[in-house]
Amino acid sequence: MALVLTEEQSMLRDSARGLISDKAPVAHLRGLRDAKDTTGFSRELWTTFAEMGFSGLLVPDQFGGSGLGCVEAGIVMEEIGRTLMPSPFLSTSVLAASALARGGSEAQKAQHLPKIANGSLLAALAIDEGAKHRPLQTKLQATRSGNGFKLSGDKAFVVDGHTADLLIVAARSAGSAGDKNGLTLFLVDPKAKGLAVERTAMVDSHNAARIVFDNVEVNADSVLGEVDQGFGLLEGVLNIGRGAVASEMVGLSDEVFGRTVTYLKERKQFGKAIGEFQALQHRAAQLYIDIEITRAAVLKALQALDTDAEKAATAVAVAKARAGTTATLAVQEGVQMHGGMGMTDQFDIGFFMKRARVCQELFGDSNFHTDQLASGKGY
Amino acid sequence: MADLEKFRAETRAWLEQNCPAEMRKPMTSDGDTFWGGRNAKFSSDAQRVWFERMRDKGWTVPHWPREYGGGGLDGEEAKIVRQEMAAIGARQPLTSFGISMLGPALLKYGTEEQKREHLPKITAGLIRWCQGYSEPNAGSDLASLQTRAVGDGDDYIINGQKIWTSYANYADWIFCLVRTDPAAKKHDGISFILFDMTSKGVSTKPILLISGYSPFCETFFDNVRVPKSHVVGTVNRGWDVAKYLLQHERAMISGMGERGVGRPLGQIAADSVGADAQGKLDDAQLRSQIANFEVDEAALAAAAERAVDLAKAGQSHPAFSSAMKYYGTELNKRRYEILMSAGGIDALEWESDRSRGGARPRAWLRTKANSIEGGTSEVMLGIVAKRILDLPGA
Repeated sequence: MALVLTEEQSMLRDSARGLISDKAPVAHLRGLRDAKDTTGFSRELWTTFAEMGFSGLLVPDQFGGSGLGCVEAGIVMEEIGRTLMPSPFLSTSVLAASALARGGSEAQKAQHLPKIANGSLLAALAIDEGAKHRPLQTKLQATRSGNGFKLSGDKAFVVDGHTADLLIVAARSAGSAGDKNGLTLFLVDPKAKGLAVERTAMVDSHNAARIVFDNVEVNADSVLGEVDQGFGLLEGVLNIGRGAVASEMVGLSDEVFGRTVTYLKERKQFGKAIGEFQALQHRAAQLYIDIEITRAAVLKALQALDTDAEKAATAVAVAKARAGTTATLAVQEGVQMHGGMGMTDQFDIGFFMKRARVCQELFGDSNFHTDQLASGKGY
Repeated sequence: MADLEKFRAETRAWLEQNCPAEMRKPMTSDGDTFWGGRNAKFSSDAQRVWFERMRDKGWTVPHWPREYGGGGLDGEEAKIVRQEMAAIGARQPLTSFGISMLGPALLKYGTEEQKREHLPKITAGLIRWCQGYSEPNAGSDLASLQTRAVGDGDDYIINGQKIWTSYANYADWIFCLVRTDPAAKKHDGISFILFDMTSKGVSTKPILLISGYSPFCETFFDNVRVPKSHVVGTVNRGWDVAKYLLQHERAMISGMGERGVGRPLGQIAADSVGADAQGKLDDAQLRSQIANFEVDEAALAAAAERAVDLAKAGQSHPAFSSAMKYYGTELNKRRYEILMSAGGIDALEWESDRSRGGARPRAWLRTKANSIEGGTSEVMLGIVAKRILDLPGA
């Protein structure tokens, strides 16, 4: 498969870019932040996303979606990254839709997927517990109780957990922290007794949640996939999320870079455009090269996720590791090259820096994925 | 699509049957590369057999037209041949500057007569070419070159000196930049010309490098007589040809590290630093250097693949090879710094048989030229800044 977008994919990109740049420029995020909006995104815009078929992009046709793949999801994420649009797209349309489509029973799929596609159901994936992403270290306990389970423990950094109508929760049903076996995924109603959600407004003006489970009862039908064998499903879903976030970081990096190059051509000091100085030219060129190489690695990973699941894990580790370091470099150079203006809240560039930091941590930072690659290769 | 899958299956079967086992092992010395030419020698029977089979199939250069000795394959088919060769670790049957540099320039700028004269001798490995570009006072500022070609009837008389001419002492012919109009602005008085290295007045002198080897020469021209018909493209417009050729040269150099060094770096490192019970290297810093390197290496491989696909789709920027050249060469230097660190004192031996004559430290030193030859890293960044990013200034 050629490592370029097909004509259909280019059209999808153009339509996503048109909508997002028109309805949700960075000013949209800024407005929600300044208004201290507790939802943190526009429900009206989410409805438009559904009408355009974006919310059900990964939902199979028979459940009302478009049945497209990870490359297409990545295309939308890249456009989201360009304007930092806050949206349930990642939590609901990428993560939850993939989890349900891959691991759900027919009944579970029929119950939830059409609602994801039509925009009426918001969902969130609850994985992380400690400060760093370590899915194998999951401790939240699932204890058998009657016909079902009782869940007890804490989750953090649940993206969009504050607005979710449905939670997908990773829990330990057997074994101990660090074991691959013994993980189970559960579909949980956030209104269930014993469950407490705290919205956590983050540095990037997006929202996540800390969630406490105190003997939350779930029945056997709530199990997504197989009891104790949830890790494979979880890892597959996480890899899709990693590819998606890597795409967001490519869009974010590219946008910061474009704004920075424009500034280098406009800003004059010592009687000339600062972009004439070789010290800045070379750094700009290095950043450009870094972004283009990362862009290729991310597209490679998204294609692998759609075609060759076995190879995908390595390709995704490469993509997420690269995207993290590239985005970090892009926002740092972006702020530095904007000089004092880059430090002001009035300039948008700081929003990109904050979002890049959050994207680094989402589903494993560059260190995590570089380590994954090394372990995968046996050293 | 179905046709391509059929082509892939046929290619795989043909390679399986025709590529000798010995030609599927990683290359370990310079002698493993077959360069062709009038004085070519095969280092083994397997090398000869492999070359001859590929030549007869037209696959020394699969994507060149058949009438010039190529395989006549389109972009997708050529990619499949590359992939299937890589899958079994098949070596290149023939390496030459004729293939990677002169050929593309001749295909674009050469006359039909020039193509018919030179391309088939390249694909058949009969003529080995060298590149006369740099001069003692024209390195990064290549267009300031001073080698003169003065008209004399149907001929030019060429005088001057080139430097860093790779393998000039083994080459049969040279493609050379000469100044044909000293009055014009520096980019406007240059011509691109071809001549035989056995011409009267041509001499070469190898330059001893820090690796202890002499892959480069000084090349001297003392009243060398060359027919005017040997100019490629328009007289005084040789800079266009030179730049076009450089794009291909840079693409080639960016891929120099691509074939790797045989065994994975992690294993090579484990041999010397050891590993813990989980198989993790006992040197955490080295492990992290290797892992970071391999992330970037995989990303670069994707970018190289994408560059080819973009070119095929007509979406690539002509200066992008400078971006790839910069990244590929810096990465290859990193690879060898890691290899030296992983090897420790074993990688320091310079002469013993045990070290195959100091193969690793010599290769390490050779990589330092990667970010200089074909345009320095700094020149590449300047090209990207100006031609792709359109940043202001000369």
